[in-house]
Amino acid sequence: MEKKPIYFDHAATTPLCKEALDKMLPYFSEVFGNPNSQHYYGRESVKAVDEARDSIAKIINAKPNEVYFTSGGTEGDNWALRGVAHAYKEKGKHIIISPIEHAAMLTTAKALKKEGFEIEYMKVDEFGFVDLEHLKSIIRKDTIFVGCMMANNEVGTIEPIKEIAQIAHANGSVMFTDAVQAAGVLKIDVKDLGVDLMSMSAHKIYGPKGVGALYIRNGLKVESILTGGHQERMKRGGTTNVAGIVGFSEAFRIAIRDIDKNFEYVSSLRDHFIDRVLSEVPFVKLNGPRENRLPANADFSFQFIEGESILFSLDLAGIAVSSGSACSSGSLEPSHVLLSLGLPEELAHGSIRFSFGKHNTIEEVDYAVDVIKESVQRLREMSPLFKAEGEIKYV
Amino acid sequence: MYNEKVMEVFKNPKNVGEIENPDGIGTVGNASCGDIMQISLKIENDIIVDAKFKTFGCAAAIATSSTATDMIIGMTIDEALKVTNKKVVECLGGLPSQKLHCSVLAEEAIKKAIEDYQAKKNA
Repeated sequence: MEKKPIYFDHAATTPLCKEALDKMLPYFSEVFGNPNSQHYYGRESVKAVDEARDSIAKIINAKPNEVYFTSGGTEGDNWALRGVAHAYKEKGKHIIISPIEHAAMLTTAKALKKEGFEIEYMKVDEFGFVDLEHLKSIIRKDTIFVGCMMANNEVGTIEPIKEIAQIAHANGSVMFTDAVQAAGVLKIDVKDLGVDLMSMSAHKIYGPKGVGALYIRNGLKVESILTGGHQERMKRGGTTNVAGIVGFSEAFRIAIRDIDKNFEYVSSLRDHFIDRVLSEVPFVKLNGPRENRLPANADFSFQFIEGESILFSLDLAGIAVSSGSACSSGSLEPSHVLLSLGLPEELAHGSIRFSFGKHNTIEEVDYAVDVIKESVQRLREMSPLFKAEGEIKYV
Repeated sequence: MYNEKVMEVFKNPKNVGEIENPDGIGTVGNASCGDIMQISLKIENDIIVDAKFKTFGCAAAIATSSTATDMIIGMTIDEALKVTNKKVVECLGGLPSQKLHCSVLAEEAIKKAIEDYQAKKNA
């Protein structure tokens, strides 16, 4: 069999773990009942969904009736933002989010703007950390919603969610966090953090795609966006994804069981990688912080060259990574995250995200660094921006 | 998303570099849109005898630079001016729709390099 490329794109998605797969399999055919059905088959499925809900609630220190299953991160973000905006619109129409949110938030915010909501963005510093003083200065009596991701998907910055929530609550605003990259990687206690809503996704933590959950604190008003039947205590219509939910719960359980071990191992790969790239590749910038960073994430801008061409050079050498550059996503705009961090457009175009996983090895990391050195040099020789090395000082 | 031909040209591009004392040189695009293409030409008796490129951009931009320079070597400048982005794309067996602007860049860079040649000649 042909050797498969090295996978360094775990922030995009992860392979389903064996434990989750095994748990899921019976729920496709043997235990196939619709949890909404009253009979034996339905009850068997209800049992599985209830167990999953209990387990996930316990992990994040919520009550089971505060966990609502969704189709994943995008639905959770949409539901939280739209649902709160619509439920609290009589109180105010001012919404504050970070500028480095996932597209699921940014695009939804733009849609709400068209409905008459006012969207304002918190400032972030050069590493992506939210400026708390700036947040305090823009929050208003009519601010109904404050939203900030727990950890950024592109540069890995872990945000001070507890402090942001305190500011939101002192003002009487609802606090939401997108924990899609953080759940299962960082220890999360929703009560301690003080968040009112939190979105999660299964496939980032070795669970199945197409399933996630939204934590909604009891007592909070949130309008539904998927209206339908009686599922999820009448708040989210649509036939329950039983196998997906069972897989999510099992993947989450495994992730939490091994959380310290994985954090330490993946961080060590990542740190070795960052250290080698910074010392061996000239004209390179690490995007995001060194501390308070997701263990899996390393994001670099390679000066004088464009991200997508780096991505395909690495792809040809058998390394799968992701580019924050516009070219790979089909838009002409460079990464909104890197621009928010203050990077000039040329550097924002030249970024590559490496995200490591528990199955990666130090040998793979070392091989990647060697390939990067070659690829970057080759592309720079083709670039009109790159004169002789040393002639241009890094800006 | 790219076909094999595009990837092959991206992997082994031809005519990379910059001609010393070129008879014509053209640079188009800018860093903010993520593509800069520079084409330099050596021209004898209005015939392009050599063409080289330097490109900051995606795989499609690099592949179209290589193909476009390859196409115009041996052409008269009148023939080279008729090379359209469509012909470059055809030669590569097609590009994804969001990448077509890269081929427009190649056409523009050739035109600009020839304009530079003509301006120098008439100076």
